[in-house]
Formats: sequence, C-alpha cells, structure tokens
Amino acid sequence: MTREEIIEKGQVVYKKPTLLNDTPMHYCPGCSHGVVHKLVSEVIEEMGMTDKTIAISPVGCAVFAYKYIDVDWQEAAHGRAPALASATKRLWPDRLVFTYQGDGDLACIGTAETIHALNRAENITIIFINNAIYGMTGGQMAPTTLLGMKTATCPYGREVSLHGYPLKVTEIAATLDGTCYVTRQAVHTVAAINRAKKAIRKAFEYSMQGKGSNLVEIVSTCNSGWKMSPEKANKWMEENMFAFYHLGDLKDTGADK
Amino acid sequence: MAKMKGATVVDTERCKGCNLCVVACPLDVLALTTKEVNRKGYNFAHEVLADTCTGCASCATVCPDGCITVYRLKTE
Repeated sequence: MTREEIIEKGQVVYKKPTLLNDTPMHYCPGCSHGVVHKLVSEVIEEMGMTDKTIAISPVGCAVFAYKYIDVDWQEAAHGRAPALASATKRLWPDRLVFTYQGDGDLACIGTAETIHALNRAENITIIFINNAIYGMTGGQMAPTTLLGMKTATCPYGREVSLHGYPLKVTEIAATLDGTCYVTRQAVHTVAAINRAKKAIRKAFEYSMQGKGSNLVEIVSTCNSGWKMSPEKANKWMEENMFAFYHLGDLKDTGADK
Repeated sequence: MAKMKGATVVDTERCKGCNLCVVACPLDVLALTTKEVNRKGYNFAHEVLADTCTGCASCATVCPDGCITVYRLKTE
C-alpha cells in the first residue's frame, strides 16, 4: 500500500485545528506556546464556542496570540488581563472569557489583578504559561525563576539572599475561596498534552457554568531563554521544574457547587 | 490480523525544525533534513521510514506549530 493510497482512503487522525489560522507563529522553534494555542483552539471548537469566546491577550511572548486563534480578542495593559476579563465577563455573561498570560505578566506586574480577580470568583479562566523566565525581553529573571537557575540578570544563578524565593502563584490561588478549579499541567509529552487539554476543557466548562474562577498553569519551556535545544529544554524541565512545580490538580470544587 | 498503516504530511514551509516530532515518534518514522532547508532556512521534518508509520499521531500532537497532518488506514 502506497503512501498516496493511505492519504486518499484513510481517515484523518490529526490535523491542525481550524480555529488556528495559517499565519506563521512568531514563537521560537519548539516553544510550548504553540502546543497550548492548539489545545485552546481544539477545546473552543469542541465546545462549539467559536463565536462566543472573548480572549484577553497579555504582554509578553503571547501578545500576538490574537493573530493566530480566530476568536474575539482584547489586548490588555501589562498584567491587567484579569481585570479586563472580569469586566468583559460581567458585561457579557454568556461569553466564554479567558486570559492567556505568561509568568512575567501574571506573576510579577499583574499579581494584584490576578489574585483579586480569582478571589472575586469572576467566572473566567486564566491560562498561565510558566517558563520561569522573561522570554520576550531576552531571558531575564522572573519571580518564578528557580533557585540556582541562571538567567541574563542572575548570571551566577538565583540566590535566596539576593533575589528571594520563587513564587508559586498556583498554590496561592488554591487557597482563595473564589477559585473553583486550580491545576498545574505540562505539555512536554503526548500524555501530558492530553491531560492539559482535559484540564483546559474542565476550566472552560466551570467558567461557563458560573462556578467561579479557574486557573490552569502550564509549566513550559523557553528553550531560547534557557539556551538549550527544545528536546534538552523538555528534559531540563522534567528534572528541575517538576521538582519545584508539582503537576496535578490543586483544587477542584466544581462537583460540589 | 488487521494492521494500521499511517502516513504523515508535513507542512514543510510552516515547520521550524524544532525536532520535537522526531523525538516523539516511537517508530523513528520522521527525521529532520540534513541538507535541504525551507524558505525560512530551517531543516524541516520529513518521513524517512514511511512504511513503519502506524498513524499514532504522536508527532502531530507535540508539534508546536501544527504542521503535521496524520492519516490512518486499517488494512487486512
């Protein structure tokens, strides 16, 4: 059987989600953002919310997300995506509203907005891409940078005495009464990608059912910022990031509400 | 016994040569080109052991740019 025959007669097992358009993505080769974009597109399509989704894009690498996923987007000021999402959801409760933010945006400049929006139980979902570094601006230290990790602004590694401890935003979110579903996922293997997709779907569903705010953290790689190949970056993430940022659901009260 | 035969189609112009699909493939079907490059200058992924492919779609699932389409056909 030739390859052409399989393509002609066979069924399509996987193709790029139609919601993800053909614009070439500006992300570096092997960046986790692309995978998360695909997952978000797939989930929105499967939920049939294509025309009823309003997404908020952040400042950071993912700022151009509005160019790639064909839903309505708003661009927030740096770190202010949860505030904009709160307003959008309150004005338009039947819309699926989510923000897509990196760690520099969410865990640093936008800490206050994030925590208060989550605690107000706004029916939104926050997708938090944590790669422990400021990717877009050239690999500076972020609040989530691991101890001992070298970046452009801590070339000898992050030290407690000088820089303090890494911030676990997701753990903080899990302690807030306003949150419904708080989880930490990764997208480095097929199994992890499938789990992350389920988590995103659950979060979107809870936010549409009005069960409170949801946070999905995706522990990601930044191979350019970490100065590694994409493959090595995935390994480094498994060995170092997962030891500090444990994967799994931290809170799920959706079934009780 | 029924056997699954698969085929992958890589959008070579969209591919950035990150090598993640090559690593994810359990049967070593894909590899990056060594000499050929696309318009952006990247070595792109292509099938080297096309007959072995079962259409499991691991490569397409991990592809960050959604460059890979996977087809599958059941054969007797």
